[in-house]
Amino acid sequence: METIKVPTMAEMVAAGETPEILFWVGCSGSFDDRAKKITKAIVRILDHVKIKFAILGSEEGCTGDPAKRGGNEFLFQMQAMQNITVMNGYSVKKIVTGCPHCFNTIKNEYPALGGNYEVVHHTQLVQELINQGKLKVQGGEFKGKKIVFHDPCYLGRANNVYEAPREIIEKLDVELAEMKRSKAKGLCCGAGGAQMFKEAEKGTKEVNVERAEEALALNPDVIAVGCPFCNTMMTDGVKHFNKEDKTKVLDIAELIATANDL
Amino acid sequence: MISSIIFALLLIGASGYFAINVKKIRRNILLGRDVSFADNKGDRLKTMILVAFGQQKMFSRPIPAILHFFLYSAFIITQIELIEIVVDGISGSHRIFRESLGGLYTFAVSFIEILSVLAFIGTIAFLARRNLLKVPRLVMNELNGWPKLDANFILLGEITLICFIFMMNGADEVLYSRGLSHATNLNDGSLGLTVSKHIGPLLFGGMSEGALHTVERIGWWGHILMVLGFLNYLPFSKHLHIVLGFPNTYYSNLKPKGEFTTLDAVTDVVAPNFDPAYVAKTDPNNPVRFGVKDVQDLNWKNLMDAYSCTECGRCTSACPQNITGKALSPRKIMMDTRDRLEEVGKNIDKNKGTFVDDGKSLLGDYIKHEEIWACNTCNACVEECPVNIDPLAIIVEIRRYLVMEESNTRPELNSMFTNIENNGAPWQFSQADRANWINES
Repeated sequence: METIKVPTMAEMVAAGETPEILFWVGCSGSFDDRAKKITKAIVRILDHVKIKFAILGSEEGCTGDPAKRGGNEFLFQMQAMQNITVMNGYSVKKIVTGCPHCFNTIKNEYPALGGNYEVVHHTQLVQELINQGKLKVQGGEFKGKKIVFHDPCYLGRANNVYEAPREIIEKLDVELAEMKRSKAKGLCCGAGGAQMFKEAEKGTKEVNVERAEEALALNPDVIAVGCPFCNTMMTDGVKHFNKEDKTKVLDIAELIATANDL
Repeated sequence: MISSIIFALLLIGASGYFAINVKKIRRNILLGRDVSFADNKGDRLKTMILVAFGQQKMFSRPIPAILHFFLYSAFIITQIELIEIVVDGISGSHRIFRESLGGLYTFAVSFIEILSVLAFIGTIAFLARRNLLKVPRLVMNELNGWPKLDANFILLGEITLICFIFMMNGADEVLYSRGLSHATNLNDGSLGLTVSKHIGPLLFGGMSEGALHTVERIGWWGHILMVLGFLNYLPFSKHLHIVLGFPNTYYSNLKPKGEFTTLDAVTDVVAPNFDPAYVAKTDPNNPVRFGVKDVQDLNWKNLMDAYSCTECGRCTSACPQNITGKALSPRKIMMDTRDRLEEVGKNIDKNKGTFVDDGKSLLGDYIKHEEIWACNTCNACVEECPVNIDPLAIIVEIRRYLVMEESNTRPELNSMFTNIENNGAPWQFSQADRANWINES
């Protein structure tokens, strides 16, 4: 990691350079210890394929997703317009996000407020790189393992991206298992809609336990996810069943970075 | 002659009463805020043809889909026969199209008969699923009382209707074979109705001429009375979906499900901070409530959604929060919206066309806070709905009201909002530290 340089937009502009793509790290990817590993895996992939990228660093702020889902449209629009002002200032064209919530918000909800960019989720970018032959993927340590993919709601149902993560997993020479509730019928991990930031309402079970139970029933070596919030929820769910030694919860970016020894 | 007059009066009365109630429903739906769906006419038509006409989304659950398709296709095709019944009823003729249409007539009526038999099987199966097998989504507490009765009334009504069809056709087959039917005798020995030519003799073969004519008339009148009864039952029932399913899918949300609406009234407040030249989109002299407290705050599509709901509960059975025992049920959100809208409509009827505040509202009297705050906004309910109802839109609008008008949210959410406002992240980390991860090992 020490060898990889992660420039900010400000630094790039100061050096008279323009990045191909802005890597939108997101709050989770910036501050959550578990999610930071995903961020670094994405950076390793970007570096490996020699894409000229930059981050916003301290100029990045929450997209406003949890504010909007939580009903605080004022706060959402404040955040959105701040971010749009910064990104338009840098003439940002293309963005890759490490989180489906950032992806959905910037892609679908920023245009109405003046932010028009080409936005891809990191699984879409990885798939694109593989298809272009820029990224070669082998199974590595995952070869022959059983991997089940949990669809993030804001990548899947919200934006109809179901195949990119699956195509990547299949490239790893693994057995891709499917839960009964998958793709359009996928069950939420329990974090969306700002639930991540509050106690669950009164009920009989936690949503992440319900979902982890379904995934663990397939006895997978890895539960693959594409969202830092799903990652937290599924990791907790696996721990609930004391299965963390047998089943790892890993982001698609981590699978690729690890398999390729990046 | 007298029967023709009675028939005509019935037809006029039933159509008139239906028209009055349709007008009321239309008025109620238009109590909602305006929203435009004038775009993408081609895509909208395609969605309606696939989802409503083609029942596309039903088929993710094949067994109920096939059973439902029997009822649906029988219902659609039976409309052809109704044309003849109306003509016969008014003119006093009997099977007026048989002679002129010939083989086509036999084919059409036989086709209807076969579909009716399949619909009969479907209806029995549906009654069993509700009352014997107790399919979980069909026996939840929110269906206690009228909703369960409503569902069973519809199914029993359909069985009765089918029985009348076979009384009518079966008895007429026996009469015809004896040369006693009022239908023009073409000397072919049988009306040729695929089902009735067999079950007619079986059920009514031993009856006298008088009894046969009585059975045939009971079947004929019973059939049309059931049809007119059903028509006028629709406005009071979940069964209204057979009509509203079509416009409701036409006005589907065609945008990505993850895209929530942008509130222009909020933009008008926020945008001038960033762009001094910003021109307001809403009228500052006519401020509207942020979000939704009562049904009039919803848009007319949300209200049409409520009237289109047939309470099948697919949404609720896919809801992660409902599955894990929380109070939230997307179906209940839709049922509550319709119930409250009906209440508001009756209030308007009673008060000569204007709504008089009754101290009640959708939020609070129907939908509770714990339902609203449980939602994951995961869109599972929206994905499930066979007629493209969007319960999530209503939930989010109510959240907006609670947060922006009442500042009445869950305390942890308030902390999250404060964090975003102060340091640009939902947690208490400084924005200046956002890139610290780069140098952490």
